[in-house]
Amino acid sequence: MKILVVCGSGVGSSLMVSMNIKAILKELNIDNVEVNNTDLASASPTMADVVVIGKDLSNSLTGFNDVIVLNSIIDKKELNEKIKEMLTRKNII
Amino acid sequence: MTHLLTFLTDILSDPAFLIGLIIFIGLLVQRKAFSDVVKGTLKGILGFLIIGAGAGVLIGSLNYFGQLFQEAFGVAGVVPNNEAIVSLALGKYGQTTAIIMILGMAVNIFIARFTVWKYIFLTGHHTLYMAALISAVLIAGGLQGFHLYAMGGLALGFAMTAFPALVHPYMREITGNDDIALGHFGSIGYWSSAQIGKLLGKGSKSTEDINFPKSFDFLRDSSVSISLTMMVFFVVMTVLSGQTFVRETLGISEHYILFAIKQSIMFAAGVLIILTGVRLILAEIIPAFKGFSDKLVPNAKPALDCPIVFPFAENAVVIGFLMSFLGGIVGMGVLIAAGGLIILPGVIPHFFTGATAGVFGNAVGGRRGAILGSFVNGLVITFLPIALIPVLGELGFANTTFSDTDFIGLGILIGYAANYGAAFLTSLIVVLTAIPFVYTAFVKVRGK
Repeated sequence: MKILVVCGSGVGSSLMVSMNIKAILKELNIDNVEVNNTDLASASPTMADVVVIGKDLSNSLTGFNDVIVLNSIIDKKELNEKIKEMLTRKNII
Repeated sequence: MTHLLTFLTDILSDPAFLIGLIIFIGLLVQRKAFSDVVKGTLKGILGFLIIGAGAGVLIGSLNYFGQLFQEAFGVAGVVPNNEAIVSLALGKYGQTTAIIMILGMAVNIFIARFTVWKYIFLTGHHTLYMAALISAVLIAGGLQGFHLYAMGGLALGFAMTAFPALVHPYMREITGNDDIALGHFGSIGYWSSAQIGKLLGKGSKSTEDINFPKSFDFLRDSSVSISLTMMVFFVVMTVLSGQTFVRETLGISEHYILFAIKQSIMFAAGVLIILTGVRLILAEIIPAFKGFSDKLVPNAKPALDCPIVFPFAENAVVIGFLMSFLGGIVGMGVLIAAGGLIILPGVIPHFFTGATAGVFGNAVGGRRGAILGSFVNGLVITFLPIALIPVLGELGFANTTFSDTDFIGLGILIGYAANYGAAFLTSLIVVLTAIPFVYTAFVKVRGK
């Protein structure tokens, strides 16, 4: 499975969030999930199964089926809950 | 033997291979799997080559921009854009930039380990851009070899800890906690905005009590906002220059308005390509950097990219962008009246730094703070580049320049210091690097 994290420029905040997601996956011993980050313009539905994005940008993102919207991109607790919920939903954990 | 030596020096003097080598070692040290080491190393080199390709696209558009501006207004116009100037810098000083970046990150960890400024600067693209700026300015100042790398590393490491420290008191007010620092090289603008808010914003209500339309959201997609603003500039200049100029001097056979529209989108395409390259490099370097600092620096505070403050005051983001852009237009008017070089308002710096300045102004001085603070930010990023351009050396002749305050501020400081000779420049950088240590000693003595 592939997770794509999206932010305005695709180099700053999205890299941070993707590093945090990788840490969560490592903690759960999951190694078959790939995490990448990119900008709004480059993001396309073929690139990932799940997209993670901050609340402030979520309106600008269209065409994706499975989107996780974060109220706060620095809140690791929120990220942890939402990623685990998604993994459970996808029968990965 | 000589062959091997040539081979090794060739790797070290080619920035693409050097980046690959740095990543390769970083991944080995982290004991990554063989497949990850291969993948990471290749992606890093790929990223560097992509930046070079993007630079080609951008320069094509910028050259037309420069010629059209000159023809339309009779003066030189500069669009500040970090990605554009950095891609040019990497073409010239790629090797120096790569070495200074790695040394600077090490100095950052060292300062954070031993002083009270516990900030680990994790906004990798700004680290890269600052490394490129420092390389350009120090090389223009005549430094070379080991001296150049050492001074560059110290200056970068200082910037990576000092700028987050400068704005941290206000970050605490914005986020309500002490854990997250701001790692974005627009800090001088944010600090100024907070000072203005403090001075003039007494009793002003928060921006967050206003109901604002969400219609500015699309500007946060940089490809859209860059295309649109560049389109305004390009079309106006092309119309003023006239069809004959476009056809005969520039040698363009297509319709001149279509040419203008295409070149504006081409500029955005160049920025997008460069960002893709930057992303590939950083995806390998930053996690390793964070890994080391997590182990080496207890109680480290991550200094993160500026959009982390946006959710704390969403209206201030919109107000800040608009007022900063207005400041850029007013500043441009002043420069036109004064004659000489013109700095055009670039939408990306005004959006990101203006919005952040708005959030800082609001945190200290409410609406008035947000409005006036971000307006001043807009003026600052319009006027300061004028002083930076002469010290950029060969890069000073490009139609673009660095756009955010700290690049410009630090560039001006060490650039003009270089006029007094290498010894003065060296002492200045050493003194700057000593500041966090002296400050820590001071805090500890006072604490007792």
